[in-house]
Amino acid sequence: MPPKSPKTIHIRYYAMLKERRGCDHETVKTMARTATELYEELTRLHKFKIPHVTLKLAINDEFFDWNTEINEDDCISFIPPVAGG
Amino acid sequence: MFTLSDEPIDSEGLRKSMQTASAGALVVFEGHVRDQNEGRSVTRLDYEGAAELAGNEFGKIADEVMQKFDITQIRCVHRVGTLAIGDVAVWIGVTAPHRGAAFDACRMVIEELKARLPIWKKEFYTDGDSGWLNSP
Repeated sequence: MPPKSPKTIHIRYYAMLKERRGCDHETVKTMARTATELYEELTRLHKFKIPHVTLKLAINDEFFDWNTEINEDDCISFIPPVAGG
Repeated sequence: MFTLSDEPIDSEGLRKSMQTASAGALVVFEGHVRDQNEGRSVTRLDYEGAAELAGNEFGKIADEVMQKFDITQIRCVHRVGTLAIGDVAVWIGVTAPHRGAAFDACRMVIEELKARLPIWKKEFYTDGDSGWLNSP
């Protein structure tokens, strides 16, 4: 079986996570299989203090479970606790 | 049905756009920026939102509300950007043949919006401090 190649994933950050990361979007190459694995990878790189369980996950502008597998060119948004209205 | 806007909300214009001959009731909710929160004096709010996701999620909220109540139309505009004290942050209008359903539906819309929509607000205080609400 040929080794899997890294996936290109587009990421969007908001609110306090955007401030922590220092940008509102980036594109990464990752071997992560799920959104959880991707967030853990980013946490190690950027020292995020917010655990993924506190966030919601959106893929291509719909909410999904954290264990959802991510695919090439997916747009992932990490959604901090909301405060609209 | 749902808009994130960086322009001031035209409450009167929105109200007029909702009126139809079949709607006996129009209930409007306006959320305004308060000058204090949890004992702290607020000078301004910065709102941020994820537009596409918010639109999609609001569509789901609207479907749920329309399943539950006999209403005609829902319209919502939420601000993003910097807001001053007194500014309208969110406008919700619901029309229905009768007032009971309009009141109940409008309440459900704002409650679900606050719980689910990807919108955030950062408060700025008179002591120079600031912070994102509900920050973990």
